[in-house]
Amino acid sequence: MTGTLEVRRVSKRFSKVDAVREVSFSLPEGETVALVGHNGAGKTTLMKLMLGLIRPTSGSITVLGDDPAAGEFRARRQLGYLPENVSFNGALTGQETLAFYARLKRQSMRAVPPLLDRVGLTHAANRRVGTYSKGMRQRLGLAQALLGEPRVLLLDEPTTGLDPALRQSFYEIIEELRSHGATVLLSSHALTELEERASRVVIMNRGIKVADGTLDELRRIAQLPTRLRLKFSAPGIPDIPKWLRPIGDLRQVDRNMVEVNVAPEQKIDVLRQAVGLGSPIDDLDVIPPSLDELYAHFLLTQETAR
Amino acid sequence: MRNILIVARKEIQEGLRNRWVLATTLLLAALALSLTFLGSAPTGNVGVRALDVVIVSLSSLTIFLLPLIALLISHDAIVGEMERGTMLLLLSYPVARWQVLIGKFVGHLSILAFATLLGYGAAAGALMATGVTIDLESWIAFASMIASSVLLGSIFLAVGYLVSSLVRERGTAGGIAIGIWLVFVLIYDMALLGLLVVDQGQTISGGVLNGLLLFNPTDAYRLFNLTGFANISSFSGMAGVAQNATLTSPTLLTALFVWVVIPLSLATFAFSRREL
Repeated sequence: MTGTLEVRRVSKRFSKVDAVREVSFSLPEGETVALVGHNGAGKTTLMKLMLGLIRPTSGSITVLGDDPAAGEFRARRQLGYLPENVSFNGALTGQETLAFYARLKRQSMRAVPPLLDRVGLTHAANRRVGTYSKGMRQRLGLAQALLGEPRVLLLDEPTTGLDPALRQSFYEIIEELRSHGATVLLSSHALTELEERASRVVIMNRGIKVADGTLDELRRIAQLPTRLRLKFSAPGIPDIPKWLRPIGDLRQVDRNMVEVNVAPEQKIDVLRQAVGLGSPIDDLDVIPPSLDELYAHFLLTQETAR
Repeated sequence: MRNILIVARKEIQEGLRNRWVLATTLLLAALALSLTFLGSAPTGNVGVRALDVVIVSLSSLTIFLLPLIALLISHDAIVGEMERGTMLLLLSYPVARWQVLIGKFVGHLSILAFATLLGYGAAAGALMATGVTIDLESWIAFASMIASSVLLGSIFLAVGYLVSSLVRERGTAGGIAIGIWLVFVLIYDMALLGLLVVDQGQTISGGVLNGLLLFNPTDAYRLFNLTGFANISSFSGMAGVAQNATLTSPTLLTALFVWVVIPLSLATFAFSRREL
């Protein structure tokens, strides 16, 4: 299978640090993929490698059929990049800045005003970028990444500094591009940031790929227990293990509430017991494992494996 | 080519916006004008050769000022953009690193040329306005002074880029740039003079001296302007030197061009090898 973006056994070593170790993945057309990891996990290094700004120590990368470090510009014209903490020269206006990048991508100047409009910067187009707020700079950064209908979008921590409303419209723009066949790679330091927008997740830790799959697949692999929270009106807590069969992990929250952790394959059985006739339970909450727990699980399994 | 022009255009745009162009032009014009009118006072010679006197004083001004301005603009060009993070984005575009560097060079050179032409031109204009007649030879000497001043500026632009593409921090680049300015503009000549006095003509031959003079672009510039034209060398007190000079104008010009090309190529090389 060949995707628009292929990473094959890539390692990158800076003088003393192994930034990326033997990472391979392939991103097909029309998919939004999230690259998740702590700061220093190698996300930015991977993006720089894909852009050809640095060369891999070993392994190879293909972006839209080209080696990005070979100095060919064909692929780069169809590529949009939003760096982490994007910055611009403060002396120029937003419109001038975007026009400069449009020229470098050989785009018509007519493309500039609609893009500014799309990211909601029309009102500030003729103001100097130096006067922009962090969110406005981030939006200008997104606008430049969208120049020329890119087929590959590399977005490094794109939603930091955006307020919830903007984040929403940001993901809408991404979704629209993806539906037109663009490959979108978003990096983030937490899974929750992504709000389940990515169809696939690649988790990185200390330069190593620790997980790769859809969120559902990752949940299945992780086998994280679901938390059940049970409430009683009558003080029947001592009887609980009897009702719910032997469960190891039981925690008393207060006088009439307990929490139990249930493995995925036991979940339905336990629920049947809990709501069955004669059960002393008044109320119950089912809390599925959160994205953060999922993420922590993968980091932990990799750490202990080493 | 188009990429170079796009980058150059942006540099000029920024220069206009952050007042670099304005400040440089005004500074050069103000100094040139004051030298034009004050400088002729001691010689007491506001006669036929007024412009020649201006050339002598302006070329001395150039030696101090243009390298300084050029280094101020250029020392930040690479390392500053890297520190601010704008370089990362720029290099993700379909533009080669050498195109970025040459584009910046073209842009900065245009700013410098514009300021020099306008600033120094103001001096000549003011002189003409006072009703002084200027002959063709003086005009040619004046034009070549302006052109070589821009050339001197471009040398220090190139040197500044070299520094900027080698160091890791802006502060370091600034310090080195000031050091370079001090060495080439002040220390080198003093050391050379001291050396000649100590040596008493024993070991240092004319050939070695010529080599030493070509090794400092400001000296090559000075010789080019002050000995290149007979009238000017008599005003500058360099007539004696001019008669014995074995360095001809073409040699000096070549040396100046080499001084642009070598640092600029080294800067391009260093920049293209640099990891982001």
